[in-house]
Parts: sequence; C-alpha cells; structure tokens
Amino acid sequence: MLSVQGLACARGGLPLLEGVSFALQAGQALVLRGPNGCGKTTLLRTVAGLQPALAGEVSASTDSIAYAAHADGIKGTLSVRENLEFWAAIYGTRGIGAALEQMNLRALADRAAQNLSAGQKRRLGLARLIVTGRPLWVLDEPTVSLDAASVALFGAVVRAHLAQGGMALMATHIDLGLPEAAILDLTPYKARLPEPGAGGFDEAFL
Amino acid sequence: MIALLIRDLRLALRAGGGFGLGLAFFLILAVLVPLGVGPEPATLALIAPGILWVGALLACLLSLDRIFALDFEDGSLDLLATAPVPLEAVVTIKALAHWLTTGLPLVLISPVLGLLLFLPADAYLWLILSLLLGTPALSVIGTFGAALTVGLKRGGLLMSLLVLPLYIPTLVFGAEVVSRGAQGLAVNTPLALLAGITAGAVALLPFASALVLRINLR
Amino acid sequence: MASFWEYANPLKFMRVTDWLLPIVAVAAVVVTATGLIWGFFFTPDDFRQGATVKIVFLHVPAAMMAINVWVMMLVASLIWLIRRHHVSALAAKAAAPIGLTMTLIGLITGAVWGQPMWGTWWAWDPRLTSFLILFLFYLGYIALWAAIDDPDTGADLTAVLCLVGSVFAVLSRYAALFWNQGLHQGASLSVQPGTRMDWAYKAPLYTCMLGFGLVFLALLLAGTRTEIRARRMKALVARERMA
Repeated sequence: MLSVQGLACARGGLPLLEGVSFALQAGQALVLRGPNGCGKTTLLRTVAGLQPALAGEVSASTDSIAYAAHADGIKGTLSVRENLEFWAAIYGTRGIGAALEQMNLRALADRAAQNLSAGQKRRLGLARLIVTGRPLWVLDEPTVSLDAASVALFGAVVRAHLAQGGMALMATHIDLGLPEAAILDLTPYKARLPEPGAGGFDEAFL
Repeated sequence: MIALLIRDLRLALRAGGGFGLGLAFFLILAVLVPLGVGPEPATLALIAPGILWVGALLACLLSLDRIFALDFEDGSLDLLATAPVPLEAVVTIKALAHWLTTGLPLVLISPVLGLLLFLPADAYLWLILSLLLGTPALSVIGTFGAALTVGLKRGGLLMSLLVLPLYIPTLVFGAEVVSRGAQGLAVNTPLALLAGITAGAVALLPFASALVLRINLR
Repeated sequence: MASFWEYANPLKFMRVTDWLLPIVAVAAVVVTATGLIWGFFFTPDDFRQGATVKIVFLHVPAAMMAINVWVMMLVASLIWLIRRHHVSALAAKAAAPIGLTMTLIGLITGAVWGQPMWGTWWAWDPRLTSFLILFLFYLGYIALWAAIDDPDTGADLTAVLCLVGSVFAVLSRYAALFWNQGLHQGASLSVQPGTRMDWAYKAPLYTCMLGFGLVFLALLLAGTRTEIRARRMKALVARERMA
C-alpha cells in the first residue's frame, strides 16, 4: 500500500505543491488531475523516489513501485521482445508472454522497436509495467498517442492489475473507463511562497 | 546486471551504435602524425609512446558522451534509476561496456599502430600492458564526466574540458611505462602507479558518478 | 554564544558584510600597496639576479593564493554538500574566478621572471606544469557553473567536481614531479635551517602575502554578495511568474 502524508515538492528550486496527502490500498487506483504545470509530473517523480521531497513523507517501499514516464525508454535497434526481456532481467521476473498478450504485441514481438508507430511504442512502454511484476504502478500520462481501442485495452490492463491486488497512481486527462478510480485534483495544493520578511533561514532564495 | 551489459554491448554493435569509431580515429591519428612530423624513423620512434597514449586517450574521449546521453534522451535512465539495481552498479556496468567497446579494441590494435610509428621492439609488451592497465581508468573517469554533464545541452565539449585534466595522471604514468620500456629501463614504478590509479578510480569513482547522476535526474 | 553557522543565513551574511566589506577592502589596498612599494623600492638588488628578483613580491603571493583559493573552494564545497548552506556554495562560485586570476598572475610573472633567469619563457618543469594543470581545473569548474541553469543542481555538481578534482589535482602534482625533475628553485620560503632569504626581503614578502590574502577576502565577499543578489533576483523573477 501507499500512503503520502503532507508531501511538498519543488521543481527547479521553486515549490510547486504542498500538503498533499492521500492513501492507496491494494486494488485501488488514483487519478491525479490539474492544469498543465501544476506539478503532477513532479509529484509522481517524488513518489517514485527520483527526487527528494521538500517536506512530508511517502511511505511505500521503493521496491514495490514501477514508474513509467513520458518517455518509454525504448531502444529502437532492439526488437520488442529484446526490449521487454531486458526489463524482465533487470526486475528479476520471468516470462514476457503475458505482457505481449495483454498489450496485444504478440504479432510485433520480433520487429525492431524503431519501426513501430507512436501508439505501438507506447503499448510497448506499458507492457514493460506488466513485466516488472511490481504492485504499485506510477504512471505519467500513460495514454499519450494511444488510439481509442488502445486506451480501452490499457484500461482493461489496469483493471486486471487492480483485480490482482495491484495499485495504480496516474496523471492523465483522458477518461480511462475506470469508474472505480478515485480522482484527486491538485489545484488546491498549490504551494504558497513564504511571505517576504517572514524570517525563514534561506528565505532570500524563495 | 549482466542483462544491462549485454544490452549495452548489443546496442553498441548494432547499426548506429558507433562501435569502431574510436578505433578508426586512433588509426587516422597514427597515419596523420608521420605525415605531419616527417617519415624519419628515429624521430617517430622517439615520440611513438606519447602519440599512442594520447591517441588512445582521445579515442576514448570521443565516445564518452554516448554513455548516458542516449539513455537520458529516451527516458531509460529514469527507468533504470527506479529499477531494483543500485545506480552505482549501473554506472560501473556502463563503464565496463564502454571499456569493452572502446578501450579493449584500442589495446588490441595498438601494436599495429606501434609498427607504423617504429616503436622499438622492446616496448611492445609494455605498450599493451600499460594500455590494458590504464584504459579501464580512462573509461571510469570518463563515465564520471559523462554523468556530470548528462542533462546539459552542448555537454560534449564541456565534458572534454572537465575530463581531460582528470586524465593527466593516467597519461603521464602510462606513457612513461612505454617510453621507459622503449629505452630498456625498469618500468616497475610507473607501472605500479598506473595500476594504483586504475584500482583507485575503479573502486571509488562509481560512487561519485552515481551521486552526480542522481543529482542530474532529480 | 551564537553559532558560527548563523552567518550562513544569507540575510545575516549580507548585513554583516555590509560594514565588513569596506573595512577589508581598505585594509587590502593599504597592506598590498605597502608591501609592494616596500618590496619594489626599498629593498636591495640581489647580487646575482639584480632587480629582476623583485617580481617575487607578486609571484609568490599570487602562487600561494592560487592554491589556497582552491583549498577554500574545497572546504566551501564540503560545507555545501554536508550542511546545505547556500552562502557556502555561492562563496565557492565567487572564489573560482579569483583563483583563476591568481593562477594566471603566477604563471605570467613566472614567465617574465624565468625569461632573464633561465633564458626561456616557459619550461615543462613540474611546478610550472602543476600550475598550468591547476589553471585547467579552475577553467573546468567555472565552465560547469556557467553551463547549468538550476542553481542548486549547479552547486551540487560543481561541489562534487571540486572534490574529485582535488584528488586528481594532487595526483597530477605527483605525476608531474615524477615525470620531470625541473629547473624551478625550491620553495622560496623554507622552514629549513640555513635560511635562503634575508629578512630585508622576507618582511615585505610577508606583507605582500597578507595583502593578497586580504585582497582575496575583499573580492570574495564582494563576489559572494553579488551572487546572493543574483540568486535573489532569479528567485523574485520566478515568484512573479508563479503568481
């Protein structure tokens, strides 16, 4: 499970969000909403452990998280199979068959990833999540460049993952067809800058 | 761990991986030097140890910015940083892959280039041995430089400026081994110092590289 | 008893240096001018080197500061990495160009001195080579600061570079010693018995060294103040954008 308490995070030295709290139990999903630049990506990177929090804490063992960013980390000169097998080896899991099946990539398995379309690449990137075998998926705009059919496919994959006791934390604008997912709007958590002259130790820089 | 090494080697060997560019550069340098200096065997033999070491060093430098830049651009580096492998191990494997695709081929081709530059017969053993001992340090130090400049636009030139001064001790001791070998002098001291620098760099620098990589990713 | 670390607060630092900087600046000018005038005009010519020897009053203090500034940057970098005081990182940033200039002064005065003494402007002597290498390290450090937008990332990366660079700078020094035993005389000031330099020279030389130290301190304080203001401006612009 994941529990976030009073989290504050910053991008480029500027605080973006503060006081964000939420919790996820097994089988639950949470969708983050908010206008561009409100700090969704920053929050997800903080939860994934890529950057330190300004304040608050994230209680999830880092080895339960599988993170997927805007970029898919696909190597164009490797085939779909080789790409997935690499991540399977890194995460110490076996078998990429289920992932190929669920993301409908079986027919493309031996094609070099550079010859895939943008949507197919995205599907490969999401197949990586299944390969990791991690319970908590942290997803940043997972449906970018997916067509309607693939969005539905992805929604089904997330639902199957939740049904197995998995969790998903997502930033997305698109309706995934997951009515059970809770929605958290980040707009009210926008960080307020300290008042000038409030006397904070390094206030001259904020 | 092994999977990462295999992937990096595979990427380097496939089309567009840039394997062999360093080697070709080393060869071109060995051809250009006599053309610039003159064909006199005595002169060439005198400068051969230094030229071969400087050439190996520059050839190493050429391929450094590929170590992390490609993984950074396509997002793999973020994913690797959140994967269950310590970043220290990732940078060590990256350095090893760089050495296998750049340093080791340079070591293997160096005797041929020594021939072109009239390297004295006594020095061949020491040339190969010193490059074998020294090039791993070049890869590890270079990995640090690459990690330091990974997120920067036009980082390549800056990286050369940062890495070249760090290469000085390795170059001095490495070239000294070969030129002493060429003169038939004892090479123990510079060889031991070279091995010491390599051992120290391999043992300690990955921690610094992983640290700066984490800073660059956040 | 107030903690020493209080001065790491940018506001407190600005308040204190507000009155400290003019004092240090005046002291720096007075001491350096005294030392240089004393050294140039009121010391006897050396019986072998003639008046050329007087360049020592520029050369030695500059060379000494070139190394000391790097050591100061190393300490400031460590303080930043361990305690994360912004002033410390900015002080290291402000010190680098001063160190670079000191190194350059050392190299140029050395060349001017070496020409009549050794008959050459430059020699690949270990000491000279080490200073040239130090010059390259300063260049790299400054270039890295200049290349990074985010101030905290820049502070972190340059601090690590300074640490790693220090180790390699020391290694390079020994490598240069090993590589060529050179022309350069031993250290000008030596604690060995049988002093090599007369007090008539030593007194103005020590004055010059103190003067250069004060000049560095004054420039450092001024530079750090500028960096703090620049950082503050950057923060204000970002604040505008956010609001």
